[in-house]
This record gives sequence, structure tokens and C-alpha cells, in this order.
Amino acid sequence: MLRGWRSDEDFRDEIESHLALEAERLERDEGLSASAARLAARRRFGSVSRARERFFESTRWLWWEQWRQDVRYGARMLRRAPGFTLVAALTIALGVGATTAIFSVVDAALLHPLPYPDADRLVSVEDDLRSVGASRVGMSQPEWLDLERSGIFDQISPAWYDENNLTGGLEPRRVRLMSVAPNYFAVLGVAPHPGRAFEPTNRAPGFTQEAVISHGLWQREFGGRRDVLDRSIRLDTDLYRIVGVMPADFVPPGRTLEERNVDVWAATSFYGPPMLDHPPRSGRNLPGAIGRVKAGLTLAEAQQRVDALVASLTRAYPGDYPDAAGWAIRLEPLKRTVVGDARQPLILLFAAVALVLLIASVNVANLLLARATTRARELALRQALGGGRLRLVRQLITEGVLLSALGGAVAAAILVASRGPLLHLIPSSVPRLTTVGAGWRVYAFSTVVTLAIGVVFGVVAALHVEPLGLMHVLKQQGRASTASRRQARTRRALVVAQFALSVTLMVAAGLLLRSIADLVRRPLGFAPGGVVTVRTRMPYPNDVSIDLYGTPAQKERFYRELLRRLDGLPGVARAALGDSAAIPLDRPARDLMLRPVVFERQGATTPPTLVERASVTPEYFDVLGMTRLRGRLFTDFDAASAPAVAVVNEAMARKFWPGEDPIGRRVKLTRTATAWTTIVGVVGDARTASIDDPHVPQIFSSLYQLGEKHIAVLVRSDVEAETIGDGVRAQIRAVDPTLPVFGTEPLAAIVTDALGQRRFAAEMLALFAATALLLAGIGIYGVMAYAVTERTPEIGVRLVLGASGASLVDGIVRDGMRLAAAGGAAGIALSLGAGQVLARSIAAVPAHDAATLFAVPVLLFAVALVACLVPARRALRVDLLAVIRHE
Amino acid sequence: MPTKDDEPLDLLQGTLDLLILRTLIFGPQHGHGISLAIQQTSDAELLVEHGALYPALQRLEHRGWIAGKWGTSANNRRARFYALTPAGRKQLVRETTKWRRLARAIGRVLDTGPTEG
Repeated sequence: MLRGWRSDEDFRDEIESHLALEAERLERDEGLSASAARLAARRRFGSVSRARERFFESTRWLWWEQWRQDVRYGARMLRRAPGFTLVAALTIALGVGATTAIFSVVDAALLHPLPYPDADRLVSVEDDLRSVGASRVGMSQPEWLDLERSGIFDQISPAWYDENNLTGGLEPRRVRLMSVAPNYFAVLGVAPHPGRAFEPTNRAPGFTQEAVISHGLWQREFGGRRDVLDRSIRLDTDLYRIVGVMPADFVPPGRTLEERNVDVWAATSFYGPPMLDHPPRSGRNLPGAIGRVKAGLTLAEAQQRVDALVASLTRAYPGDYPDAAGWAIRLEPLKRTVVGDARQPLILLFAAVALVLLIASVNVANLLLARATTRARELALRQALGGGRLRLVRQLITEGVLLSALGGAVAAAILVASRGPLLHLIPSSVPRLTTVGAGWRVYAFSTVVTLAIGVVFGVVAALHVEPLGLMHVLKQQGRASTASRRQARTRRALVVAQFALSVTLMVAAGLLLRSIADLVRRPLGFAPGGVVTVRTRMPYPNDVSIDLYGTPAQKERFYRELLRRLDGLPGVARAALGDSAAIPLDRPARDLMLRPVVFERQGATTPPTLVERASVTPEYFDVLGMTRLRGRLFTDFDAASAPAVAVVNEAMARKFWPGEDPIGRRVKLTRTATAWTTIVGVVGDARTASIDDPHVPQIFSSLYQLGEKHIAVLVRSDVEAETIGDGVRAQIRAVDPTLPVFGTEPLAAIVTDALGQRRFAAEMLALFAATALLLAGIGIYGVMAYAVTERTPEIGVRLVLGASGASLVDGIVRDGMRLAAAGGAAGIALSLGAGQVLARSIAAVPAHDAATLFAVPVLLFAVALVACLVPARRALRVDLLAVIRHE
Repeated sequence: MPTKDDEPLDLLQGTLDLLILRTLIFGPQHGHGISLAIQQTSDAELLVEHGALYPALQRLEHRGWIAGKWGTSANNRRARFYALTPAGRKQLVRETTKWRRLARAIGRVLDTGPTEG
């Protein structure tokens, strides 16, 4: 770049040096006097300034100088029309800013590799049962060992997310614990600091009694003190030694927010107490594993080898892997597992915001075109004065880029200033393992977008530079020239496009909002109002002999005592207990709480089928306001010692006993159960398992009989959630002070959260659509206002000749509405396609909706009408005398 | 315009570049030196227009065929010295060949008598 890049002075110096040398030679060889020699040298050289001129033209100097001129000139033009500049820059800022903001989220969530070394070799290892259509069914410990020995992976480790009770501090805490193989951190290629990881090759039975804690827990519980290493903590009453602290920026890969917020890692090889000494092959108790594929192996090759392994295992253990199940192991890029459901809405939003940018750019292009017409004289003059056409094009492009850069700078300033609040808008379900924002990719993106639209502006304006020369333009002044007619056509086409895009966005937003409104309006089948949930959890000690809640009877005692106390709390109308599956809609990104159920059919048992199951106390249905349809619900007599009973919902009854009465039928609620459980009642369907699907088959078991350790307290009351939470906490403490109490939340908030991601997408889309509509309105206003100005003489003449004002307004409005109608029609056609895409990617969104398709054009016409009426009315106020004199 | 025989020849467009490159093959030289060398080696037949020389040098430097550097002349004056770059050397070979072919062709045309016909 710098080669041949010389300053003017340097060049002048060189000429001076030449003149001196030549003068010297003349003095010496030809005997001239010093002054005569100087003069002669000068004469011989010719024009110094001409040489310098040629020097300029021979270098990039010319280019640079002209460019500087262009910029100066462009800046002057922008300053001279501050109104135009402001509107255009703000429009661009809006488009670029919104696009950059969404892009930064897309970048962090989708484009960035996971923040681990060689992250592209990391996979999530998932077991599927293809023939029964079940995925992520879990892995057994022997399968993990088979995979580890297969030579396909450098490292592979199961990761089992769980909660745990951390005791020993001021009060018991519930912590998020990940049970992993000792080589877990080696899989990810990360290491604790300070401290160390687990010994990766340790395959001893049970847990290693070492713990690695998160940076967050270190700060919260241990005040960030260095002596945390080697300290002992009690997790579920078992003693662990802290051996390492993960760095602050480490986020473990997880599909849910909870899994990405792990507090403690504990290592085990998944056999030996508290687990089985010889875990069976069919016991799919490990949720899955993460693995690092061997270097040099592509994902497809690794998958092929895994498939071969699965085939040989299926042959070797036909009892564990029946053909009917269709067992398969699937390697999924870890990245995809983590991003999961967030992908589609993000891409959708990005597409939407790109449309907004497009519409904003069209607006500015339109404004520039209008100005290009008014500037036709100036440009023609410049051409006449020797500005080459190319030079003018460059000038216009410079102006366009200047304008877009201004807008881009405004956008960047706003984004930087409002980064904090903006980040809060992103729902937590969008996985962010790396920070959103200031990466080079984001900068590059917004710079490229800004420059690109600037260049497009310039080119669009340049396409309409009058090539015919000065006289033509000067003569044409005040009349519609061919070029300005061409321009008008372009501008009108742009407005039509703008409306089409706005309609598409508005219909998409309408569909999403519609789906939310539908979900909110449709009966839930339960009443979340006034219900507060609080959670607690009984420990699972590795040493089962010290487990205070080992037997159903022990748990039942706790449940009954707690309920007795809760009923006495002031303000509590009714209290119920359940397991963690009993809290409706509490699984934003987790799979349904599917558990195996074995059915009795003609005296024989069926293979286990996965069904949504929750354990509850008798008061549960009453607290949630669920309706009994047939039979009976649970009573206090359905105790651990009584015959096991269950209640099913209507969907379950219909699905598994079609046309029959399910009451009296028998099932087994676990794979290992020996005793039968009898169905005693049917409740009405409720959207407790999925907000989208009201008919998920569900079975309820008696908590007293199928004691669970993850306990949900559900209280119906008219007191504030906080107060209830404190009361419940005190009562739990009174029964057992070692249990953590957490997760106090109104049920209504949980229901709202279940709509969270969809709501986020819908609200953003609605915001974009409103912006688009506004921009389109401004666009049509600009075109009409300009058309009126251009036609002022004609309108004046017509008025003088006796045309009525009403008919003129009518004509102008008609003209504008024709544009709106064309845009609207194209938009409806586009939105039918967009609706299909939307319906495919987000559950319970209709592909089209008559109300939306009706409302959007109406709104559009209303905006267009206003945008046309204003300039039309102005046309009537033209000064007739002035117009006539002008003609 | 009639030209007297002893008047130096004007340089054809493009030939100046060739001559500059050719001159620099003997080593780095400043602009003044180049103009003198061309004049002398051509037995004063070719006269370099000084005002055109420097833009030409600039053009050649810009193309990467020569490289300029400030230095001191034989009689202790500051001057900008130009040296041939490897790319310039190649260009010289190319241009020389081209020039010879052209000169030969023109010579042949000029030396041939009128064709019969």
C-alpha cells in the first residue's frame, strides 16, 4: 500500500535536487555563471508545476485527493439538508442497530463454537429406541464402558444432572450437581483452577468422595477463599473433599439453564454403592454421555463405527436389546444439543430483522432518489463543468456510504450504551456459553452491512444520473423529464416492495401472537391462580444405612407431618405435596417426565411403555382444581401399607383402554415392581405436562405409596407468595432442619414462563412488524408528498380550470392506495409461504389465520390512507397565482 | 514540421521507460544522472525532457520496477537514487525484445522498395 506513496514535498525535493545537479553541471561543463546556470537548468526542466501535476496523476494522490473532495462535498450536502440527514440516519440506525443486536445473539448462540478446545470433536451420545419412536432414552453403564473401549472416542463420560443438599453452612442449600465419570473434564479439555480435576483413570466403585465446585459456589459459599481446597463439604450427608474450583468463565454444556449452572461435580464410575454393583445392560439409568471423537475421525465415520458396535451388541445380548425396540446410539454434535430448541426462533428473528433492515434501506433509498431529482441540476452542472460520469457516480456512492456510516455509528453508540438492558431481554432459554456482543464477527457484520447499504444507496441514486447533459436538464426543469419519470417508477416499485415485506412481517407476528392468545385463552384444565409452589429435597446418601428417608414408610411420616403443619399456616386454604413432576409446566426445556409403565393385558404383561407420571398426595387435584370424571381420587388411606392405586387422565384412558373402562385395570409403575397398581379413577385432561398439547396421557400415583425425594409443596392461599414461602420454609425446617428449601414461585409465573421463548419471539416480531409498518407508512408518504410537489403546476392549472378539490384529492389518494393494494397483495402471497415456515418451526402456530389475514391489510390501508391524505390536502393549498406565473 | 538533422530526437511515448530501466542496469542512479547517461550513451541523439523524467520515474516506481531511496551524489548532494528491482529486470528483458522486434519490423518496411504490381 505504501509503495510509491510519496508526499508532494518529497517529490518537490527531488526536483530541487535535480535542478541543483544540472546547474552544477552547466557551470562546470559549459562555464555558465551560477545564476545563469540555475536559470538554464530551470528552463531545460520545463514546467515544474506541470511535472508535479503529472506526478499527482501518476499516483494514488489523485484518487485520494478526489476522495477527500467527495467526502467533504458529501458532508456538506448532508449538512445542508439536516432534516433529510436526520431522518435517513435514524432510519438506518434503526435497521442496522436491530440487525446487529439480533446478530450478536445469533453469533453467540449459533455461530460461536462451544468454548472448549477442539470443540468440533465433541459429541453428545444419545440412546434412541427407534422402533418405538423414543429418543434420548438413556444409557446403561455397560454400554458406556463398551463405548469407552471402542476406540472411537478419546474420552467419553456420562453426565448425570441432579440436585443435592449441601449442608454444613449457615443453612442447608440445594445445589446443582453433575455426576460425571472421572474423565469428564478431560472430555471437554478444561481443568479446574485453583486445584485439580479428578484422576481420569479411576474406576473404583461408588463415588470418589472428591468434589470440584463452580466459581459461583466458591464465591457464594466460601467467600472465594483460597483455603477452600481440601475443605470438606457434605452433599446429601456424604462427606466430600473439594479438590478443585472451575474458572469463572467455564460454562458446562447443557441443554437447560439448570444444567449450565452446575455448582458441584462429583465423580463416579456408575457402579457400586449407592448404585448397583453390576448394573444391568437394560437399566438405562444414565441420561446420556458426552464424548470427544478421536482426532482424524469424522463424525460420520464415528457414527458408522458406533452403528457397527450397536449391531454386534444387539446380536450378543438379544435379551437386552429386543428387535422390537430398535436400539440405536446417535452421535450429535454437542453444539446442536446445547443450542437445541433455541435455533429455529433465533433464525426466524434474524430473518425478520433482516426484513426490517431491508425496509429501512428502501426508505432511505427512496429519500435519496427524491433528492437526486432535486439535485439533477447540480449534477448536470457538475457534469458540464467536466466532472466525469464515473466521478459523479463515485460522488453519490461516497454520499451514500457517508450517510449509512452515520446511521451505523448512531446504531453502535445506542447498542453500546444500552447493552445491559438489551441483554436482559434475551430469555434464559437461549443458550449463551459465550458472552453476547462485542466479538470481531459482530463488528465485521455491522460494518459490512453498513457499507453495503451505503454502496447500494449510491448506486441506486447513480442509476438515475441524467446522462444527457446540462442543457437538457435546464430545459426540462420544472417538468417531468424521462429520467424523473423513470425515477418515479423506481420509487413506486420500492414502496410496493416495502409494503409487501411489511405485510409479511405483520402476518408472521400476527400468527405468533394469535397462537399465544389461543394458548392463554384456552382452558388449562387446572387453576394456577393463588397457588404457590415451594420445593425441598431429601438427601440420597451414598451410604444407604444412614438414609433417614430410605423406606416409603419413613417418607410417608415426613409427608404427613409436613402437611399437618401446613394446614395450620395462616392464609393457607389447602396444601398438597407431590414429586417434582407434579408441578405443572415446570419443564421449560426438559423432556416430559416420561417413566416406564407396564400394563396388564389378558393376564400377561406388556413391555414397558413410557408415560408421563407424577406422584401426589390426595389434596393435589383439589389444590389445582382438576376435575374428577369417574371413579375416586386418592384418600389418606392410600398409604404405603395399603394396596397401590393410581389415577389416570382421560387421554391416558382413551389411549390405552379405548372404549373400555380403565377403572379396575392394573399396571406396574416401575420396571422392577412386583406388585400391581390398580387404577381407581379418571381425571379430566389438563395442560399440566405441555402447554401446547392438552391431551398428554398422564398417570398419577399416590405419593404415600411411591415415595419420592424431590418434593414439591403446592399451596392454595390468598396470601402473597413470599409470605407463604417463608411459612412453608419454617414448617419444613421444623420437621427436618437439614433439608434445603428453594424455588418459591407462584404457579401462574411458571405457566407464564412456559410461554417464555414463544412470547419473546412473538414480542420481538411484533416490534419489528410495527417498525416495518411505520417505515412503510413513511415511505408511501414520502412518495406521495414528492409526487404532489412535482405535480404542483399541473394541479394548479387544473384547479384554475375548475377541477374540484375533492376530485384532485381523490385522484392522489387513489394513486397511493393502488400502490398499497399492490404491496398488500404481494405481501399476502409472501406471508402464506412464511406462515408455512412458521407453523413448521414453532408448535401450535397456525400456518394461516383468517383474522390476521383480514386485520393486517385493513391496518395497512389505514396507514396508507393517512400517509396519502396529508400530502393530498396540501396540494389543495397551492398558491394558484404563483403556479401560473411559474408556468 | 521539418526537423534539422542535428536536432536531438524526441522520445517516443513508452521508450523513456525502457531507456530508464536500461540505464539502471549498471547500478543505482539519480534522476539527473539517468538523463545524462541516456544523452551520453545515445551520443546526444536522445534528449530527455527533464520535466517528463520524474513522473516517468514515479510511474516505474509505482509499478514496482524500480525502487527509490534518498542518498548522496558523487559531488555530495542529496539526491533520490533509483535501483532496478527483479521485476524491473524482467520488464527490461520483455521490453527490449519487444522493441527490437518493432525496430526490425519498421526497418524492414522502410528498407523495402516499392512492390511491383
